[in-house]
Amino acid sequence: MKSFTKVTGIAAPLDRANVDTDMIIPKQFLKSIKRSGFGPNLFDELRYMDEGQPDQDCAGRPVNPDFVLNQARYQGAAVLLARENFGCGSSREHAPWALDDFGIRCVIAPSFADIFYNNCFKNGLLPIILNDDQVDQLFNEVDATEGYQLTVDLEKQLVITPSGATFSFEVDGFRKHCLLNGLDDIGLTLQYADEIAAYEARRRQETPWLFDAIK
Amino acid sequence: MAGKTLYDKLWDQHLVRQSEDGSSLIYIDRQILHEVTSPQAFEGLRLAGRKLWRVDANLATPDHNVPTTERSGGVDLIVDPVSRIQVKTLDDNCDDFGVVEFKMNDTRQGIVHVVGPEQGMTLPGSTVVCGDSHTSTHGAFGALAHGIGTSEVEHVMATQCLIAKKMKNMLVRVDGPLGAGVTAKDVVLHIIGVIGTAGGNGCAIEFGGDTIHNISMEGRMTICNMAIEAGARVGIVSVDQTTIDYFKGRPFSPKGEQWDAAAVAWKELVSDDDAEFDQVVQIRAEDILPQVTWGTSPEMVVNVGATVPNPDKESDPTKADGIRRALKYMGLKADQKITDIQLDRVFIGSCTNSRIEDLRAAAEVVKGRKVAATIKQALVVPGSGLVKAQAEKEGLDKVFIEAGLEWREPGCSMCLAMNPDKLGNGEHCASTSNRNFEGRQGFGGRTHLVSPAMAAAAAVTGHFIDVRELMGS
Repeated sequence: MKSFTKVTGIAAPLDRANVDTDMIIPKQFLKSIKRSGFGPNLFDELRYMDEGQPDQDCAGRPVNPDFVLNQARYQGAAVLLARENFGCGSSREHAPWALDDFGIRCVIAPSFADIFYNNCFKNGLLPIILNDDQVDQLFNEVDATEGYQLTVDLEKQLVITPSGATFSFEVDGFRKHCLLNGLDDIGLTLQYADEIAAYEARRRQETPWLFDAIK
Repeated sequence: MAGKTLYDKLWDQHLVRQSEDGSSLIYIDRQILHEVTSPQAFEGLRLAGRKLWRVDANLATPDHNVPTTERSGGVDLIVDPVSRIQVKTLDDNCDDFGVVEFKMNDTRQGIVHVVGPEQGMTLPGSTVVCGDSHTSTHGAFGALAHGIGTSEVEHVMATQCLIAKKMKNMLVRVDGPLGAGVTAKDVVLHIIGVIGTAGGNGCAIEFGGDTIHNISMEGRMTICNMAIEAGARVGIVSVDQTTIDYFKGRPFSPKGEQWDAAAVAWKELVSDDDAEFDQVVQIRAEDILPQVTWGTSPEMVVNVGATVPNPDKESDPTKADGIRRALKYMGLKADQKITDIQLDRVFIGSCTNSRIEDLRAAAEVVKGRKVAATIKQALVVPGSGLVKAQAEKEGLDKVFIEAGLEWREPGCSMCLAMNPDKLGNGEHCASTSNRNFEGRQGFGGRTHLVSPAMAAAAAVTGHFIDVRELMGS
């Protein structure tokens, strides 16, 4: 997995609540059997005026000029500002894959849906929870200043604005460690293979009906 | 010391190890696989040279992409080439890794959340995961079940465990008798309307109270299915005799002495009387009426007799803005009557409402009636091949066909429109599915979530109507 230490980049404001994963990456693109290439279809229905198809070249499609990520000032955005319950709905990991492929490294919102939040950490993407007032302030500042950039320092758990103001954020210790070092969960868990096997042996005695049934 | 909730008990029983940093390893008894969220996980295993930790914990079936029209020609005749590759990839991966799969034309094939319980793969006291958020469905059986992402699918394949953090406990208690024409779907839509689409974030929701325990297993599945629409990954119901009876004689259920031992163990799978919940919501069943969603989030729901909300009456500006945006997308006017919404299509199906009781309820309403002339299409898509066979045995297929509905092959179908079943731009649909998000059922499509009986009533009248007006007449 790609590591996340410190990122500085353009912040783009997506000012709506309950952004769902169908919105982040519509279902027709979930037919891919790959993990990459979803960036051109991130927010497809908001971004383009027509209905997108898998494997289509998006270069010639009519774009929605009102959509935030289509505006010149937000080109190359690395941080997405959002409202509450970002990423609700389906468990599709294609949502963080699409954000990552587009170049977004960090999403800041007052709250996230649980599955999406979890999926981000598996893909080198950092979801940050700030309170409503802090998020409001960032929305206002981004709106007021073209070229507004945020720095996100995971080691120090800080969001730093261009004026040098800082907002600290919480992150689970294990997830932080994995993200800073780009660690693969499976490799870490397999270090405990003996404990897993011991648990399994005990459960096989206690609940034998949960074993060897599906064949 | 306070007693334990059912979620606490299931967590404790599956805890393999707990680290000092607060993360835990939880053992997973069952994983269900479908074609959309598994290919990258199998590929990851292959690239790392890993095997499945325990093949017999997995079961696969294709559901999201499969056509629901005549398909005896098999996977090679799936018209959409991208869908075809995805279904074939699942077949190939299951063959390579030795996973039991109910392939597209196997009579046991169907929607993962219908198939798992139907086969007795899901069992009380088990942990169940799937790369699909509606895995919460299986919590109806006193199982700890939730959706996971594809990286976690691979993690479970390789280690039989999940890295997890314990959720909070929330109790939604519903008491009292349900009125005529009010179903499990109305109960859960009403709950989502009360607590909101983020109300259960970070929580496992236990649905309790006598109303819930008087509902059948299929109805409880409908309720737990939509826990995720209230923000909770986990929905759960304590085990009672109805739960245990459900599993008798199912293919993967325990048999003989193991059945006897299991039935005793399962009785312990209840929240203790003195268990403490972080949050409790009380709902009176008599307050629940047939529900219809009008907007683009499942929390945008009202009684069928109500009107569409007016954003000018909403004091919270973000909410008012959300209402305006939803009204615009849905092509509705503030204060418009729900019963004045004209419909173009009707969809009866999905992991929420495609089981035999759902089909019976819909058939009862359409029997002897005809689909309204203004309805372009009314689809009935059974949740599995076995549900389809049972419905045909009862003659429900004929009831639907005579009324002018289409009787289809099993799959996810128009719930998320990954196959050819979809809404046209601007079309309104009465749908028994679970999500009314923008574009969910097709580009520009407008979804209204309802119960099977309400969808059937809408099919024969062309607009929403309180199903109770058609009952007993």
